[in-house]
Amino acid sequence: MSATSSTILNLPDQSTATLPKKNYINAEHGLLSWLFTGDHKRIAMLYLISITFFFFIGGAFAGLIRLELLTPQPDLVASDTYNKFFTMHGIIMIFLFLVPSVPATLGNFLIPIMLGAKDLAFPKINLLSWYLYMAGGTFTLAALVLGGVDTGWTFTTPLSTHYLNTHVITAATAIFIAGFSSIFTGLNFIVTIHRMRAPGMTWFRMPLFVWSNYAASLLMVLGTPVLAIAIVLVALERTFGIGVFDPTKGGDPLLFQHLFWFYSHPAVYIMILPGMGVISEVISTFSRKRVFGYTAVAFSSVAIALFGFFVWEHHMFIMGVSNYSALVFSLLTMLVAVPSAIKIFNWAFTLQQGSITFETPMLYAFGFLGLFTIGGLTGVFLGSLGMDIHLTETYFIVAHFHFVMVGGMLMAFLSGIHFWWPKMTGRMYPESLSKLAAVVTFIGFNLTFLPQFILGYLGMPRRYHAYPPEFQVLNVLSTAGATVLGVGYLLPMLYLAWSLKYGAIAGNNPWQATGLEWQIQSPPLTENFIEVPIVDHEAYDYEWLAHKTQHEVTTVG
Amino acid sequence: MDNVITHPHTHETAVAAEHHHQALPQHRHHFETEEQQREAASFGMWLFLLTEIMFFGGMFFAYLLYRNWYYDAFVAASNQLSIPLGAFNTVVLIGSGFFMALGVWAAEVKKKGLLVLFLVITTILGAIFLGVKADEYHEKWEKHHIPGAHFDVSEFVNPHAFGLKETPLAPDMAQRTQVFFFLYFAMTGMHALHMIIGIGILFWLTWRAHFGEFTSGYVAPIENFGLYWHFVDIVWLFLFPLLYLINRHPV
Ligand code: HEM
Ligand SMILES: [Cu+2]
Repeated sequence: MSATSSTILNLPDQSTATLPKKNYINAEHGLLSWLFTGDHKRIAMLYLISITFFFFIGGAFAGLIRLELLTPQPDLVASDTYNKFFTMHGIIMIFLFLVPSVPATLGNFLIPIMLGAKDLAFPKINLLSWYLYMAGGTFTLAALVLGGVDTGWTFTTPLSTHYLNTHVITAATAIFIAGFSSIFTGLNFIVTIHRMRAPGMTWFRMPLFVWSNYAASLLMVLGTPVLAIAIVLVALERTFGIGVFDPTKGGDPLLFQHLFWFYSHPAVYIMILPGMGVISEVISTFSRKRVFGYTAVAFSSVAIALFGFFVWEHHMFIMGVSNYSALVFSLLTMLVAVPSAIKIFNWAFTLQQGSITFETPMLYAFGFLGLFTIGGLTGVFLGSLGMDIHLTETYFIVAHFHFVMVGGMLMAFLSGIHFWWPKMTGRMYPESLSKLAAVVTFIGFNLTFLPQFILGYLGMPRRYHAYPPEFQVLNVLSTAGATVLGVGYLLPMLYLAWSLKYGAIAGNNPWQATGLEWQIQSPPLTENFIEVPIVDHEAYDYEWLAHKTQHEVTTVG
Repeated sequence: MDNVITHPHTHETAVAAEHHHQALPQHRHHFETEEQQREAASFGMWLFLLTEIMFFGGMFFAYLLYRNWYYDAFVAASNQLSIPLGAFNTVVLIGSGFFMALGVWAAEVKKKGLLVLFLVITTILGAIFLGVKADEYHEKWEKHHIPGAHFDVSEFVNPHAFGLKETPLAPDMAQRTQVFFFLYFAMTGMHALHMIIGIGILFWLTWRAHFGEFTSGYVAPIENFGLYWHFVDIVWLFLFPLLYLINRHPV
């Protein structure tokens, strides 16, 4: 089996091919066997379904927002309803989609396998995380059904504690609970990575996907509790009407900002780092090269995580922090760009030396590279004090964070889902349709969010449901783009679901990739490996792959 | 497999797996060895305590910040706390930590009777602590020192009328005592919540210990709970001086 040429889909003959008789999906039957499972792969699937569900609710609110902004007049909904729309959109997308997306689905599924372990260290806690996630989701929906929240996802005090009569406490509870879900996921990953590696799986043989999830887990474990306490204080203050955050009673709203952004800035890295891990895997596989500067890429994840804790104040430049600290935080913010740039350059070098093919995951990965770079560069604008004062709270911000988080993370998520779909389900999706979807998503994305940079630069503020007529052309473009983007997201939903039944049988290693996960059957057995694998090669070692003989690897039952 | 360069730790555990297959019933299938299982559990516990430190850290940060700003209010308000009760509770809690440590020891040397005894004493001391705390809260309630609608600042504005020797505070500074009491309740309340959860777990552990579950070599739950309980002690050892002791003026 040679892996030197470009990737060939290594599909067995359709007429004879079947899925492995025994795998984690058919190991047990019935809904209850899923709801009480301890298998990390099944829990990953539970997450995938629920996260997709919430993504579409969040997406529906995005649609409503864009619909309202089609015209300059406030004709669709009143302003407080509009506020509830963007609050729900933000809360759901951040806490119920972006934060758990890659770690809870792909990370859960893959990390134990990539390390050669049978499961995560704490399967019951893993299941508990999912239940906490669902409880958090339920509270969010409850807040919505009871009448909504209109503070924005940032719960800015004292607005949220004293001046709004909406369901802040329900939403706060939701976030508190969902936060513990993410703390437990992070904890489980860290312990697993430290303690469950197979013989020979040294730290520097771990796939970069594991490294990046490790870094994100550190952030989850250290940052999320601070958000939790900030949210508890908001709820207490609201209930008892006292003044930690209310300036009229001696409290300080800035304190909330500090606590909130101490989590929420690192949170953008919780969201983006696992996505970067996906990109490393995909780029390496489809250019048939070890990621250039493996060690630098691995360490840059940890560096991003650590630096991420020292920049929160850039969200507060216009809130009356001292000039001196604003300057320091501005510089620190620029510093975070360095490890991100290291990654981008190393990916570019990997590509430059590799023999590249454009499978669907690779298309999404290229989308990621382009969009994340734009998002990142505009972040540097915002990190510089003077620019920030002009651009903050305008659509420039909205465009910036959508480029990073939607253009970056969502592209990475889709890339990863397509990449590992054959492993997770044992089946392929339709090639040309999936490529079409990737292109549609890319076009739709740019059409939606590029105009928002201009809008912001021209001065259109965010979080308003009406605007001066001269902004309409750009807004119409943006809404049109959102429609295209919506189609781009719906397509994979449909053909992936279709492929579950009708997709071609994928085989163990359709991409000829090197990771341990590709050396076992698809879909894997419940305990992943028949016997503990012994690892004797680096990550992304294509020479090894070309020479390995079948029986060296523990696989099919 | 020629050039196998194995990681020392994981290699050892793999080798150990072969010599070590009469597993205890508590051994979970996905761990290669019990040693690995035990290490994972204790590492997980340490990480969890790290998240707890961050959780309390947010409140300590708030406390120090406001203390700096509203120094006089904080001093006056902290004079309202009873040092004898706080000190008594500190002793009680340290005592419970001591007995918990003895419990871990008893589990390790497989003395079932002693383990149950020490767990029960730990529980009782924990309950005494909570009782005293409840009494303190009650007193705050009676004096209208619970922040919110019924908060009363007259004691701070005009202490002499209450037979106190404090320096009076200006009315707006007196209002800031609310911030102190809010943080007092938030921090000690969160600490008490941890104790209540801990006592719940203690009941469960005692029940299982009674059936000899932790005195047959499987001590991880006791050890890990011990870590948790010591964490609760330690948080109190920060709370007590910060809230009750520092910079009181002589009364
Ligand atoms: C069709 C795609 C989308 C469109 C058209 C869209 C549009 C918008 C708009 C118009 C806002 C309001 C900004 C404001 O009120 O100032 C917004 C906010 C936001 N969006 Fe999206 N969005 C889309 C997808 C997403 C996705 C996929 C995510 C996350 C994965 C996301 C995350 C957010 C967040 C976090 C906010 C912040 C809300 C706030 O300002 O408080 N959006 N989006
Ligand atoms: Cu930030």
